[in-house]
Amino acid sequence: MTLDPITLGVIQAGLQQVCDEMDLSFSRAAFSPVIAEANDRSDGIYSAKDGSLIAQGAGGLPVFVGAMQYSTRTLIEMIREGRALPPEPEDIYIVNDPYLGGTHLMDVRFAKPYYRDGEIFCWLSNTGHWPDTGGSVPGGFSASATAVEQEGLRLPPVKLFKKGRMDEEIYAIICSNIRVADQRIGDVKAQAAALAKGAERLDALLDRYGDDTVREAIGELRHRANTQMRACIAMIPDGVYESTAWVDSDGVVDEPLAINLAITKTGDELDFDFSKSSPPCIGPMNSVLATTLSSVYLAMRHIFPEVPISAGAFEPLKVRRPEGTFLDAHYPRPVSGCAAEVSQRIAEAVFAALVTALPDRVTAAPAGTSGNFALGGHDPDRDRDFVMYQLSGGGYGGNADHDGLANGCSTIGISKAPPVEIMEQVFPVLYHRYALREGSGGAGKHRGGFGLEYQLELRRGDARASFVMDHGRYGPQGALGGADGARNEVTVWQNGRAHTPPHLSKEQDIAMGAGDHVLVRTPGGGGYGDPFERDPEAVLKDVLLERYTCDQARDLFGVAISGDPGEIDAAETTRLRQSR
Amino acid sequence: MPEQASGRIVGVDVGGTFTDLVLLDTNTGGVRLAKVPSTTDNQAYGVLAALKEAEVDLENVDLIIHGTTTTTNAVLERKLSKTGMITTQGFRDVLELGRRTRPQAYGMKGVFEPIIPRNLRLEAPERMDSSGKVLTPLDEDAVRAATRRLLDAGCESLVIHFLHAYANPEHELRAAEIVREIWPNDYITTGHSLLSESREFERGVTAAVNASVQPLLERYIHRLVDELKTQGYAGELLVMNGNGGMVSSGLVANEAAKTVMSGPASGVMAAAFTGKGAGLRNLISYDMGGTSTDVALIRDAEPSVSSEIEIEYAMPIHVPMVDVRTVGAGGGSIARVNSAGLLEVGPESAGAMPGPICYGRGGARPTISDANLLLGRLDPSKLKSVEGGVSVAAIKEIFQKELGDLLGLDAIEAAAAVIRIANTRMAGAIRMVSVSLGMDPRDFTLFAFGGAGPLHAAALARELAIPRVLVPSRPGITNALGCLVADLRHDFTNTINQPLHLVDIDALHAIIAGHIADGEAMVAKQRVDVGSIRRLYSVDMQFAGQSHLIRVDIDTPKPDREMLRQLFEEAYYRRFRVELSQIRANLVNINTSVIGARGAVDLSRLIEPAGRKASLEEAMMTTRPVRFDDGFHDTPVYWRDHLPAGFSLEGPAIIQQMDTTVLVEPGDQADGDPVGNIIVTVRQVQ
Repeated sequence: MTLDPITLGVIQAGLQQVCDEMDLSFSRAAFSPVIAEANDRSDGIYSAKDGSLIAQGAGGLPVFVGAMQYSTRTLIEMIREGRALPPEPEDIYIVNDPYLGGTHLMDVRFAKPYYRDGEIFCWLSNTGHWPDTGGSVPGGFSASATAVEQEGLRLPPVKLFKKGRMDEEIYAIICSNIRVADQRIGDVKAQAAALAKGAERLDALLDRYGDDTVREAIGELRHRANTQMRACIAMIPDGVYESTAWVDSDGVVDEPLAINLAITKTGDELDFDFSKSSPPCIGPMNSVLATTLSSVYLAMRHIFPEVPISAGAFEPLKVRRPEGTFLDAHYPRPVSGCAAEVSQRIAEAVFAALVTALPDRVTAAPAGTSGNFALGGHDPDRDRDFVMYQLSGGGYGGNADHDGLANGCSTIGISKAPPVEIMEQVFPVLYHRYALREGSGGAGKHRGGFGLEYQLELRRGDARASFVMDHGRYGPQGALGGADGARNEVTVWQNGRAHTPPHLSKEQDIAMGAGDHVLVRTPGGGGYGDPFERDPEAVLKDVLLERYTCDQARDLFGVAISGDPGEIDAAETTRLRQSR
Repeated sequence: MPEQASGRIVGVDVGGTFTDLVLLDTNTGGVRLAKVPSTTDNQAYGVLAALKEAEVDLENVDLIIHGTTTTTNAVLERKLSKTGMITTQGFRDVLELGRRTRPQAYGMKGVFEPIIPRNLRLEAPERMDSSGKVLTPLDEDAVRAATRRLLDAGCESLVIHFLHAYANPEHELRAAEIVREIWPNDYITTGHSLLSESREFERGVTAAVNASVQPLLERYIHRLVDELKTQGYAGELLVMNGNGGMVSSGLVANEAAKTVMSGPASGVMAAAFTGKGAGLRNLISYDMGGTSTDVALIRDAEPSVSSEIEIEYAMPIHVPMVDVRTVGAGGGSIARVNSAGLLEVGPESAGAMPGPICYGRGGARPTISDANLLLGRLDPSKLKSVEGGVSVAAIKEIFQKELGDLLGLDAIEAAAAVIRIANTRMAGAIRMVSVSLGMDPRDFTLFAFGGAGPLHAAALARELAIPRVLVPSRPGITNALGCLVADLRHDFTNTINQPLHLVDIDALHAIIAGHIADGEAMVAKQRVDVGSIRRLYSVDMQFAGQSHLIRVDIDTPKPDREMLRQLFEEAYYRRFRVELSQIRANLVNINTSVIGARGAVDLSRLIEPAGRKASLEEAMMTTRPVRFDDGFHDTPVYWRDHLPAGFSLEGPAIIQQMDTTVLVEPGDQADGDPVGNIIVTVRQVQ
C-alpha cells in the first residue's frame, strides 16, 4: 500500500462530506414534507464498475442503507446489456421499479454518471420519498393491493435529464399519473440539484488529492470497512442463532407471515438464512430482495454503529437469497409494505437472534411499525380534498444499559412526528388525547419503552380511514427473560359503535363521518432481562409517575407497593419474588 | 455617529472554568483585566474575586454588564427548581413524548428525562381549535384544584401550557389570574408569552425551561446585586441574553430562558464588534476551548440569530438566540486508532480532569493539546512549571505506543496526524454550519479565539479556502469583552403563514410598527444610556408546500409585495441554484429586532501601547523547533504584548501571550492592525 493512513482518513472524511452536503441540499430545497421534515431520502457515491457503495450521507434514512447500491448495480448491468440507454455527461436516470433494486414505488431514485476526463469515475445517486406516485390510494400505502399496478406508476431506468436538460415528455407522463403533481417540479429540481452539489464537491476533492489517489483510497477504505466489520463479528461466539418474527397479515389474507431466521456465525462471517420463512403473499406485505438485504444491513448497523456505511462493511454479511419466500418477491407481487413494515420485522428477527450472543449491544425488540394511519376525504369548510398521514412511534426495547425509550421513531426511520397543532391547522380533525400509553412497556429488568395513545375526531365532512400498521397480533419480543411489549390496537367509532379491523392492524377505506373517532394505541418495547430482578425503586418510580398501576407492579415485577404516596413493602416484595 | 459611552464600564463573564473581567475607562481608554477560577455553587463569588483581582473600585464604576451560565448549568445538570405544569386535558404527556425521535440515527438505545416529571403535569378541561375558537370552556375549578395539588407537592414555579394558545391566549391568561390568587410567588410562566408560535412540544419545553430556572436566576442576581451594593456600587447591573443583547437585572428573570445560551453569544458579539472595527464585517467565529468548539456566522457585522436551537437532545429552547453551533473537538479530545486501523480524534474528551497528559493530572491518553506540545506548537518548557510534571519523553512514549505503532509512524508523525485529522473534521463541521445557512465559507474571515482557537485557525482557513484569520488582542477574554460591547436588544416575531399574494400589506406594516413601538418602550424602561436605536427587519419565507424556511433580510419597515417576492426568489436562487417562478411563495414570519446601541468603546489599549517594543527583534523571546507539514523549522517565538504596533512578519512564527498561542505557518503572513488585532493572510493551496 502506498497511501499513508492519514491521507486515507482525510479522503474518507472528504467523501463523507460530499454525501452530507448532498443530503443537506436535498432536504432544504425539497417540497415533499416526507423528504424535507422526515428526511425520507438518502444520497450516496457508488462505484462505476459495479455500483457498490463508496459513501453515503450520515443523515440518510436507514432503510436505504443497502438498497441503493443494488439499484445502481442493476442500472449499470442494464446499460451494459443494452436494456437502458448508454450514459452521457449530465444525464440523470430516474427509476422506482422495486424489482430492480428498490423499496416501494414512492421511493424515487435519481442516478447520475460522474465523469473525469471523459470516463465515468463513479455514480452519484439519491432516493427521495415522493408523496404520491399514483395507484389506488393516495400516498401509495394500500393495505389490500394484490398487484404492483394497483400501487402506482412504475418507472424503469429512463433518462429524465438528457445532457443536463429535463425531458419534458417523460415528465409530463409522470405528472399525468400522480396526485398533487403541481408541486413535484420542486422535488425534481431539488433532487437533481443535490446531485449537482455532489459533483461540484467531488470535483474539489479530486482536484486536490488527485484521481488516482482517491481511487486507491476508495479501494483501501472498502477493504478496511470489511476488516472492521469482521473484527466486530468476531465478538460473537461461533454457532447458529435462530429467531422468528411475525407480520400480522398481508392485509388481504388474515394469516400471520413468519420470518424464520437462522444466523450461522463462523470465523468472522455471518450467514443469514431466511429460507424457512412464509411464501410470497397475496397482499402488499412482500419484500423485494434489495429491501431484505438493506434491512439486514441496517439492523447490523444498529448493533455496530461504529462501522462506516460502505460496501466493504456488507461483505462479511452473507445473506442467502430467500427464493420462494415473501422476502424475495417478484413481479407482479404487491410490495408497498416492504419498506415501512416488513423491513422492521426483518431487523427484529436479526435483533432477536443475536441478543443472546451480544447481550450488551442488542436491545429487546422495538415497536417496529411505522404506524401508518391515513385519512382521506373532503373538507366542506375549505371546499377541498385532503389526505392526512399520522405516522406514529412506539416504545423501544429495554437493553443492558437502560429502559427503552418512549415513543421512538421506527427502526428504519429517523423522522420527527408533526405537532398536533399543525395537524389540526391543516386537516379537519381534533385530537382528544395524545398521551403516553400506560402499562405498555414490556416488563423486564430494564423494561421496554412506552407506546403512544392518541384519539382523534373527524370534525366535518366525510372521509375514509386506512391503517397499515403491525404488531397487532403479537407484541414486540422481550429478550433474556423480559416480557413482550403491548400489542398495537386500533379502534374506529362509527356513529358511536366500535369497529376493530379484522386484521387488527391493517384495513383500507373505513368510512368515517363527522363526529366519528379513531383510537390508536401503538406497541410498547420488549422488556430486557427478568422483571423480578428490576430494582424495586425503579418500579416504585414508574408507579408514582402513573406509568404502571400498583397491581401491575405486583403482577409483572413482584414489587408490593402500598399507601399514598406509595411506598415499597419490602417484606412482601421479598415474599413475592421468592414465591414465584 | 453614536455618542461615546461614558465612564467606567465593567464586563464580567462567568465561563465553565474561568471568570473573566474587563474594566474600561472610557475617558482615558485605560483597561484592566482579570481572570480567576469560576465558582460553580454561587457564581457571584467568582465575580467578586475578579473585581478584586482587577482592583476595581466599585464606587467609581458606572455600569456592570454580566454574562452568567447559572441557567445553562442548571438545565444541563438538571438542578432545577421544582416546577409543575397545568395543561389541556388529554395532553399532559406532550413534554415526555417529544417529537418521536431517538438520540442517534443508529443504535436503538438512549434515555430521555422530561424536564417536568409526569406526576407534576396535571390536566384541566379546556380546548381551543387552531383558529382560536373556544371548543371547551376553561374549567376554573379544575385549575384551582391542580394549582393546590402542585403547591402541596412542593412546586416553586408553575407553567400553564394550553393547546393553540398562540392563536388565542385567553384561557392561559385567565388560568394565570386564577393561579396568582393562590400561588405564593411570581414564578408563573404561560406558554404563549415567550413563544407565540404553533408546535406544542417546543413551546411547552421553552416555557418549562423558563419556569424551572426563573427562581434560580432571580435569587442569584439578587445576591449579586446585594453584594455589589454592599461594596459601594450604585449603578445598574445588566445581564447578557442569548440573543447577544443585554437586559436590566430587574427584568431578566421574567424571560429567564433567554439567558440559557448566553455564554457563547457574548463571544460572538465581541467577534462582530471587533471585526467591524477592523473593517471585516463577514466572519465565522471559531471558539476552540478545552472540551469543545463553538462556531457562529456573522454577516455584515450582525450575528446569525435562530429561534430553533436545541440545548441538548430533545431540549429545544425556541427563543431568538445567537446561532452558535458546537462542532466537536477541543484541546482535550482524545485520539485513538479504531479497529479499521484509522486514526480518530474525539468525540471522547479527557475534559478538565484528568485532562491532557501534559496537564500532569494523571491523563494517560493522547489528546490534541499533547500533539500540539510534541510538535513544538505549545511551549514544552511550560511542562516544568506543572506540579507533578510530565516529561516530553513520557508523552512521546504514549503517542508511540497508542498511535504510532498501530499506524506505522513515529511519535512526532503520529502527533502531526492527530492535528491533521482533527483539523479536517473541524473544517468539515464548520463548512456544514456555513452551508446550512446558505453561505460559502470563502466569503468570510475566520475569527479565532478561545484557548486553542488561534493554534488551529490558519490550517482550518486553508482547508476551507478562507483567505484570512483575525486574532483579537485578548482571545482568552473574548466573552467578557462581548459583555462590554453588547447592546440592549429586544426581538419580536409574528406568524403570518399566508400566501404572499394574499397578505394584507398594510396589516404587515402595522405589525412591524407595533414591534418598533414595543421595543423602543422596553429600551426606554432601562437605566442605560443609549446612543442610538437600530432596527432590523426580516421575513421567513418558503415556496407553498415546503416546510423549511429561508430568512430574508429587508431594509425597510414598509416592504411592498413585489419587493418581498423578489428578495425571496433571489435568496432562494443563491442558496439552491434553483429557480421556481411557477410556484407561489408563502410569507410565514415577520421578525423585528429593536436594538438600543450603546456608545462606541475604544479598545485599542487592550494591549498596552507603552509596552510595545520598537522592533520585531526586541519582541522575540527565543526560537524553538516547531513541526509543520514539511518538517521542523527553527521558529522564532514572539511575546505578543511586545510586538511593535503595525508589525508585519512571515511565518513560520509563534506568537505567545498570557491566554493563548498564535501559530503562523510557513508561507502565511501576520500583520498587526492599529487596534491590536493580528490579521493572518493565509496561503491558499493550489
